[in-house]
Amino acid sequence: LFSDSASSSSQSMEKILVANRGEIACRIMRTAKRLGIRTVAVYSDADRDALHVKSADEAVLIGPPPARLSYLNASSIVDAAFRTGAQAIHPGYGFLSESADFAQICEHKGLKFIGPPASAIRDMGDKSASKRIMGAAGVPLVPGYHGNEQDIDLMKLEADKIGYPIIIKPTHGGGGKGMRIVNSPNEFDESFLGAQREAAASFGINTILLEKYITQPRHIEVQIFGDKHGNVLHLYERDCSVQRRHQKIIEEAPAPNVSSDFRSHLGQAAVSAAKAVGYHNAGTVEFIVDTISGQFYFMEMNTRLQVEHPVTEMIVGQDLVEWQIRVANGEALPMSQSQVSLLGHAFEARIYAENVVKGFLPATGVLHHYRPVPVSSTVRVETGVEQGDNVSMHYDPMIAKLVVWGENRAAALVKLKDCLSEFQVAGLPTNINFLQKLVKHWAFENGDVETHFIEHFKDDLFVSPTNAVSAKEAHEATRFNATLVAACVISMEHSLLKENSPGNSSLSIWYSSPPFRVHHCARRTMEIEWENEYDSAGSNVLTLSITYKPNGNYLIETGENCSPGFEVKATHLGNHDFRVEADGVSMDVSLAVYFKDQTKHIHIWRGSHHHQFRQKIGCELSDDDEAQHKSSFDTASHPQGTVVAPMAGLVVKVLVKDGTKVEEGQPIIVLEAMKMEHVVKAPCTGGVHGLVVTAGQQVSDGSVLFSVKDL
Amino acid sequence: CWGSRNPWMIAHPRRDLCLGLGVLPDSIDRNSDSFTRNSNAMDELISDLQSHIAKALSGGGAEAVKRNRSRNKLLPRERIDRLLDPGSSFLELSQLAGHELYEEALPSAGIITGIGPVHGRLCMFVANDPTVKGGTYYPITVKKHLRAQEIATQCKLPCIYLVDSGGAFLPKQADVFPDKDNFGRIFYNQAVMSAEGIPQIALVLGSCTAGGAYIPAMADESVMVKGNGTIFLAGPPLVKAATGEEVSAEDLGGAAVHCKTSGVSDYFAQDELHGLALGRNIIKNLHMAGKEGMLSRLETVNHEFKEPLYDVKELRSIAPTDLKQSFDIRSVIARIVDGSEFDEFKKLYGTTLVTGFARIFGQPVGIIGNNGILFNESALKGAHFIELCTQRNIPLVFLQNITGFMVGSRSEANGIAKSGAKMVMAVSCAKVPKVTIIVGGSFGAGNYAMCGRAYSPNFMFLWPNAKISVMGGAQAAGVLAQIEKSNKKKQGIQWNKEEEERFKAKVVEAYEKEGSSYYSTARLWDDGIIDPADTRKIIGLCISASMNRPAEDTKYGVFRM
Repeated sequence: LFSDSASSSSQSMEKILVANRGEIACRIMRTAKRLGIRTVAVYSDADRDALHVKSADEAVLIGPPPARLSYLNASSIVDAAFRTGAQAIHPGYGFLSESADFAQICEHKGLKFIGPPASAIRDMGDKSASKRIMGAAGVPLVPGYHGNEQDIDLMKLEADKIGYPIIIKPTHGGGGKGMRIVNSPNEFDESFLGAQREAAASFGINTILLEKYITQPRHIEVQIFGDKHGNVLHLYERDCSVQRRHQKIIEEAPAPNVSSDFRSHLGQAAVSAAKAVGYHNAGTVEFIVDTISGQFYFMEMNTRLQVEHPVTEMIVGQDLVEWQIRVANGEALPMSQSQVSLLGHAFEARIYAENVVKGFLPATGVLHHYRPVPVSSTVRVETGVEQGDNVSMHYDPMIAKLVVWGENRAAALVKLKDCLSEFQVAGLPTNINFLQKLVKHWAFENGDVETHFIEHFKDDLFVSPTNAVSAKEAHEATRFNATLVAACVISMEHSLLKENSPGNSSLSIWYSSPPFRVHHCARRTMEIEWENEYDSAGSNVLTLSITYKPNGNYLIETGENCSPGFEVKATHLGNHDFRVEADGVSMDVSLAVYFKDQTKHIHIWRGSHHHQFRQKIGCELSDDDEAQHKSSFDTASHPQGTVVAPMAGLVVKVLVKDGTKVEEGQPIIVLEAMKMEHVVKAPCTGGVHGLVVTAGQQVSDGSVLFSVKDL
Repeated sequence: CWGSRNPWMIAHPRRDLCLGLGVLPDSIDRNSDSFTRNSNAMDELISDLQSHIAKALSGGGAEAVKRNRSRNKLLPRERIDRLLDPGSSFLELSQLAGHELYEEALPSAGIITGIGPVHGRLCMFVANDPTVKGGTYYPITVKKHLRAQEIATQCKLPCIYLVDSGGAFLPKQADVFPDKDNFGRIFYNQAVMSAEGIPQIALVLGSCTAGGAYIPAMADESVMVKGNGTIFLAGPPLVKAATGEEVSAEDLGGAAVHCKTSGVSDYFAQDELHGLALGRNIIKNLHMAGKEGMLSRLETVNHEFKEPLYDVKELRSIAPTDLKQSFDIRSVIARIVDGSEFDEFKKLYGTTLVTGFARIFGQPVGIIGNNGILFNESALKGAHFIELCTQRNIPLVFLQNITGFMVGSRSEANGIAKSGAKMVMAVSCAKVPKVTIIVGGSFGAGNYAMCGRAYSPNFMFLWPNAKISVMGGAQAAGVLAQIEKSNKKKQGIQWNKEEEERFKAKVVEAYEKEGSSYYSTARLWDDGIIDPADTRKIIGLCISASMNRPAEDTKYGVFRM
């Protein structure tokens, strides 16, 4: 495919080090393996058992969990390459992928950097500089001010020239840090100073630029590729408009609702941009499209392989990592612009560990259950984690990228919806339910995407607790799912008992299904809790009453307002899968059960529904009781509230001052006796009186320490 | 059977298993009038039974149940359900004990007993029903409690007492308190079982007054539930009367007092569910692996058993309504044993007694069933077969449908009493588990030879059609009428035919009533009336529970030769 280039001066690489983690490291290694190239992983202490480490032929520990001490530590990564004899380094995305210095170091040390030249990274890294270069190359720019003069008054004048609303951005950095939208001149000063402070704190450089703020923008980016022979082409565009917290969550290629004219203009502009900085390898030119005027403007260029590159791969049928490696080897691009075909439509949904209702805050935790959809020629799952892995706070909380392809946008969307409903994650909160709602939204279905999509349709996408109709619907659905959960749990219990009856195996007769009772059907109750988003109290308890019917079915009643209950037949198909029949309809469901914090968590997936339930494990086996633990030393011989020393000992600490108001159970004094510390607590709420003992003082058994009286 | 069909396979070494040498034929004619008649009659008996059971299962009535709930207490069967391993079976005993025994109803005698597994260990449950007369002990309540302890002793089952009782029912104290098998025996049994290493666990879920206080106090370990559980020798009213001290029940004998201060109880439970969970935990922590005998049965139980070839529900259509009509006990056996395979012993000899080997849920059993009155040969065959089973430690199942031993001069001359004595000796001394099911009549010495209640079978159940008495009502009436007649004659009174018939009818009526399965089960002469369709299942559970102990050697007394 690639033309054999005469100018390929050096040998082709045989072993590459992937200076990254997670899904992208795994994805790069997959291509490398296919090409017969050996792979080296680097990892931090937190990633000792991570999938990318297991996927590599060799792996080198490069430091402690914080990224700046490991994945951002250029020298230990270069060192790892030397130790393992890797000839090239693939930086992935994030971390050192856009560090010109790192690219430079690699080249200096004789390691191939699989990415653009350091100069291009540097040119594009500085937002102001890159815009100057782009302007000179004739690439359209958003009206704005990119000057070095940073005087606040001058900047304010520039802002007036551009016209409000404007956006203030630091020239360096990204990820939305330091960005401010200013709607009117009187907000300018405060926003400007704030942006400066934040930029200085985050990036060390506090230069700021101003731009026109486009109120209904789309984010469309063009994948470009260049070789070391001066050839640059584009691989069409991606629409990445749907974002939350300025980060993309759904991307698609090609962009919906754009004309082919527009598409080719955009592509040409991107190619011009790349050529202007002598670019080679993979890059992305980001444009902002004003949906009102139809104008597009250059935003920035990402000098790396992007997270969302798979959607491009799906529509052009190429492996971009392979291209990266071969371009780095010095080969020429395998095709000309006219040969790049565009086929079908692809979506990528990013599945994150995050708390959607709490403003998409990143979540951490253990992936107790993880079952991505099965992959096929049209479904890709890019993931760097496995069941049992911990999503830690150290790195990006992305669990996986789900990529689907279809003949056209509608076909791809059908597949996307289906795959999202079958993508099973339990153990930590994820955005899957939210993504499902998002892709089902009529505006998304129409391709009416823009960067404020989520904000715009928030009423449709988020739960509104006051909506009685949907609250009732949610309750009904939950009740039904709880019924199915009960049936599945019981049928699973039986298949486990059948295989392995507890105790002596000759007791198996006692564990037959249905359980035997003399002259009646066995019954049981099951209390399960669920999180009711429509109820301010949060968790609701459902009490299910289950009757084992002689035919093996379960009659499950919730005992709620004259609902008759369901007769459910559940067949355990193995592992997590069940076939259930309720009310004459049979269906497949999946169940995940795990234990966390003294609670049994049960997840059920049924069609597009995913519900989560909790069960207290038996009963907490604590015998904490006030009566038992109430300081047994406030004896009758002293007035109520008096606390005496429970034993002879040494006062180690006095935690409050005399006269302080304390809560019941609040620690007051720490005593040491028999080499053990004992905490003396307030017996009730009130004010502390007569507290005169001090640290270091010896007290005798039964001596009065203090008393607590009502204030 | 693949072995015989596949020419490339080496012939199965145990061809008999493959070919099913002992498979019983299907001998029921489903189109016959008698089949329909029997089915209809049994259906009626069962629906009658179901209505009595339903009443018993509902406990002390809606009001009492509601009151119980309001105290955050579960009903006794619900408590047991929570203690049992989830999804496991429970063999409840004597549900109709106390049935029409006293003027007032006493559902299930106010106490629920039965066997089921907890953490894979079979336990005996004894649960007071506080909705029935406050859980107080009537004489029959004591009897049912003691019977549960007797089974636990025989089968070495850990006992879990779910205590929620007001103690002895004072108006009947004379029948509850003083005798050997009265209230005191409960604690005696606890002590003796504990000494034998049979764990005694008490969960105090309600009041536990006076004598009842000894149940937790005598237990190896006990749990008390805060708020509901109280233990005291005398309640607050009595204390006030005796000493003038005014104290609340909780302060007098609540969980905190007994777990913290007195040490009468060991585990403090926040609420009932917590208490039950603690109870399960106690069983989990029992370490009985060191106790011998538990492993012996592992080898003998065949886990790959086959269900009977014929529908067990047809057991409802076999027993004839008229006890005079006989039926082939093999048709019952065919619906009880695995694969309907029954290897008959001495099939051609003493044919009125059917003996043979089979398995029930994979467990080997020796079955002895009646096919008519017992003759010399049948009794000798029975004794022989019992000896075989005791030698091999095979549990015995007796299927009783017996009018008695053959009478008459020839029979006496042949020494029927001697032969019968041999069988009674064998039955009495056999130390293998014994389960008796009365599927028809149980009359006279036949009851003895076929392991009636007096012969301490580990378990004994009745079909609803069962009749138990020293002889049939008609025979008794005949005998009594003759005696009465001769007495009257001595007094010079002439008995007319009408009077005699009236006399006889009265006797028959009394025998009919006293011989009925309800009369028996109400007085705990058995462990319950069962649906014939459950026979296989219940025998299986009984055998399993009975094998929960080491094998014992049988030693016989002097056989009269």
